[in-house]
Amino acid sequence: MSVGQPGAERPGSAPAAPRESAARDWRGPGWGFLVKLLLMMVVNAVGGAAVLSAYHARSWVILGVLVVLLAEADWIYFARRTRPLKYLYPGLVFLAVFQVFTLLYTGYVAFTNYGTGHLGSMQQAVDAALIQDERRAEDSPTYPLAVVRDGDVLGFAVSQDGEVRVGTADDPLSPVPGAALDDRGVPTQVPGWEVVPRATLFTDADLQQRVVSLRVPVSDDAEEGSLRTREGATAAVYTSSLVWDADARTLTNTDTGVVYAPDDRGNFVSAEGDRLAAGWYVDVGFDNFVRAFTDRAYAGPLLQVGAWTFAFAILTVLTSFGLGLLFAMIYNDPRVRGRKVLRTVFILPYAFPAFMSALLWRGMLNAEFGVVNEWFLLGADVNWLGDPWLAKLAILWVNLWLSYPYWFLVTTGALQAVPSETLEAARVDGAGRWRQFRSITLPLLLVSTAPLAIASFAFNFNNFTIIFMLTGGGPAFRGASVPMGSTDILISAIYQISGVSGGRADYGLASALSIVVFVVIGVVSALAFRQTRKLEEM
Amino acid sequence: MRKHLALGVAVVASAALLAACSGTPSSSDGGTSPTAGTGGGGPELVIWSDAERAEAIKNAAASFEADSGATVTVVQKNFEDLRADFLAQVPTGEGPDITVGAHDWLGELVESGVVDTIDLGDRAADFEQVTLDAFTYDGQLYALPYAQEAVALIQNTALVGSTAPTTWDEMIRMATDAGFAERPFILYTNGAEGDMYTSYAFQTSFGAPVFVQDDAGSYTSEVGLGGDAGLAYAQWIHDNGKAGTGYFTDTIDYDISNELFATGQSPFIVQGPWTIPTFRDAGVDVLVSPIPSAGGQTASPFVGVQGFYLSAQSKNALLANEFLASYVASDEAQQALYEADPRIPALTAVAESVADDPVIAGFLASAQNGVPMPNIPEMGAVWDFWNPAQIALINGEDPAATWTTMVANIESAIAD
Repeated sequence: MSVGQPGAERPGSAPAAPRESAARDWRGPGWGFLVKLLLMMVVNAVGGAAVLSAYHARSWVILGVLVVLLAEADWIYFARRTRPLKYLYPGLVFLAVFQVFTLLYTGYVAFTNYGTGHLGSMQQAVDAALIQDERRAEDSPTYPLAVVRDGDVLGFAVSQDGEVRVGTADDPLSPVPGAALDDRGVPTQVPGWEVVPRATLFTDADLQQRVVSLRVPVSDDAEEGSLRTREGATAAVYTSSLVWDADARTLTNTDTGVVYAPDDRGNFVSAEGDRLAAGWYVDVGFDNFVRAFTDRAYAGPLLQVGAWTFAFAILTVLTSFGLGLLFAMIYNDPRVRGRKVLRTVFILPYAFPAFMSALLWRGMLNAEFGVVNEWFLLGADVNWLGDPWLAKLAILWVNLWLSYPYWFLVTTGALQAVPSETLEAARVDGAGRWRQFRSITLPLLLVSTAPLAIASFAFNFNNFTIIFMLTGGGPAFRGASVPMGSTDILISAIYQISGVSGGRADYGLASALSIVVFVVIGVVSALAFRQTRKLEEM
Repeated sequence: MRKHLALGVAVVASAALLAACSGTPSSSDGGTSPTAGTGGGGPELVIWSDAERAEAIKNAAASFEADSGATVTVVQKNFEDLRADFLAQVPTGEGPDITVGAHDWLGELVESGVVDTIDLGDRAADFEQVTLDAFTYDGQLYALPYAQEAVALIQNTALVGSTAPTTWDEMIRMATDAGFAERPFILYTNGAEGDMYTSYAFQTSFGAPVFVQDDAGSYTSEVGLGGDAGLAYAQWIHDNGKAGTGYFTDTIDYDISNELFATGQSPFIVQGPWTIPTFRDAGVDVLVSPIPSAGGQTASPFVGVQGFYLSAQSKNALLANEFLASYVASDEAQQALYEADPRIPALTAVAESVADDPVIAGFLASAQNGVPMPNIPEMGAVWDFWNPAQIALINGEDPAATWTTMVANIESAIAD
């Protein structure tokens, strides 16, 4: 790169007086600098706002990354010796945020069991277990309640039949004479205590949390349970049997004596194998990958799905490329009238949203009510979407309909770039039409379109939309023990397996399978690109 | 020197811009009126809701805000997104205090530890029991119910009169007499994907519940689909599919089923209250009644219940409980929720007050025969095998083999 050599970037300028670089050359706020200044102001303002909101959300990692990125941006665009970075930096940031981060994060999730039942931290699972365990005593009445305090000590004052009793977390309920009640029985004045008005409870967030977590023992006997309030106006007796031991990291059921200890799958399990409902997510190593390949229930259907995915992607590219090229060659002939109008009409399917088209086709292919059977097949009962092979054919057909206009467009452009002298020379040498096409037109076309074909392959390999909207992956494999169907491609099978659509989501397994698909596409594309390099050498 | 000046200008200007930007959100989160006296310092209650309910919740929130000094922010989301978003965001601390939700999410929410228990106290007696059962998991109540819904038999009175059939055979006879021998009844199957939800009542009429219920009415994870009762039901689908009468086909998706009924091409359909506006717009006079029995026992459809879940990570649990217990659970708020989206209210008094509408009364009668859809997480594994089995049977595959394989697959998926 020629940066840093004064004058190098302006080959046309007079060599006599070597000019300084643009930054050093600054003689005042020119338009360029002003624009840069404005842009950087916006960048700093947005970045600053993001830093502030990350601070409020206490996301320290995000905050750190933001600060570093912002500082780098300021340094790069205001320093002198960073010219290449001035061009590269936005691209690098995008690469880091949208590619590298996503990939790393997916990779991280693939090694955990993050999913239904394993969404939070261990502490959250403990909280949930304690919440789910605490039950209202069956014979407990609902007591009118006032929250009272004495300095820092918080207590409950409850009334029953006109008698007021007060207790705190440490002192069980005991009668307090001389208290005043309102007509609903709520204590309004309790000697020795300050009654906290409910309005204060509502507006003081810390106090609110203390009140909600306060448990006042009913008596010295812990078995009898403790008072708790949910909304600050009534209390009831609750009992709980689970006790959390933070040092031993175990939950103990005090009624039965059963100890629940954490296992390596992120669940509390007793020695007998009983499991508490709530779990947390943990690293599970290569489990997700191993499961996808060794679980016999998955292996067979996944193999079938994998084969169909390749067939679908390759056939789609071949058929749509072929049809697009055919039409492009026909409508590239100068003898065709109204070519421009016709070409515009040709690309219409390409302009429709794919999911709409798929839905329309789904209706048209309906065996009983669809127009395809009714109009074109004399009302025959062809089960387009219900038969495994016909459904595959329907998918290929609709995807051909959707994607050939793209190839029509691309190859029309590429055909016009084929030099007519070469073709003419071939004709003079006596080459026929087919020979001209095989030896000149097609190779020249492929130089420019082969990379697009590979991209199209990669896209169709993951073409979730058409599968999901047209057949939903169905018809289901007959009697298979996994929810997959004949037209499922890998990505739609992953969607089914992961249960993200409803039911039990397993993001860990889904991430692991996504990475496998990513690797497959990467390898196939790399191999294919290597082949295209040979084309260029021709 | 000038350079430093320029940098200084940039910093000052950025700061000004930043101040301007950060000023906007605080003024734009209005819509919920900040109450005088508390200023911005009061606690904020965040509620997630779908579009239909948002307005009714805001109305209930208005009086709550005036009484408590808190701010209530109602965030509107697609109903389908609520579950996944709530599951994902509560553990990170970014979730709401309260969300609207369906009862069949409960098992998943409990396993993931994102919901808190609630206590309706004496008010519980005012709710329809089935709605409380639906939100009960392992003996604890986890949400405040507000509405229930169930599918029912809908008939076109202009075609088959206004006597409701009580058995499947009676219904077929009525339709055949009226000239609909080819399609006497519309079975919605969601196209070729299968839909056992809508037709569940026929299955229960054979005595084959999806999961066995214990004495207290809670679902156990023991699959009840198998056995002779299940096989009899499989045989019945088979006998009415391609290999039998041909009444059932795998071509009926939602739009087609609505159109067939609305255009009078078939006199009977089992569908939910959400289809009634479509039929009325088409000028069809409908009679709604409990689903006829096909297998001899009571036909119990799934009852779906909607309610308000409380987040386990809520920082305003006291406020949230107060809002639910004293405002949302009130007759007025429940009435407003009904008017916003007419589903059968969960409060018995409100349900009775709206039951003079014959359509609502019909759906209520059907729901009273019903059982809550299982809220245990095992249910998620059932649909993937249950629905395709329906399609296979309709297409004439061997009923015993298909059904036995399905039961085995469900049991092994649950065991995982």
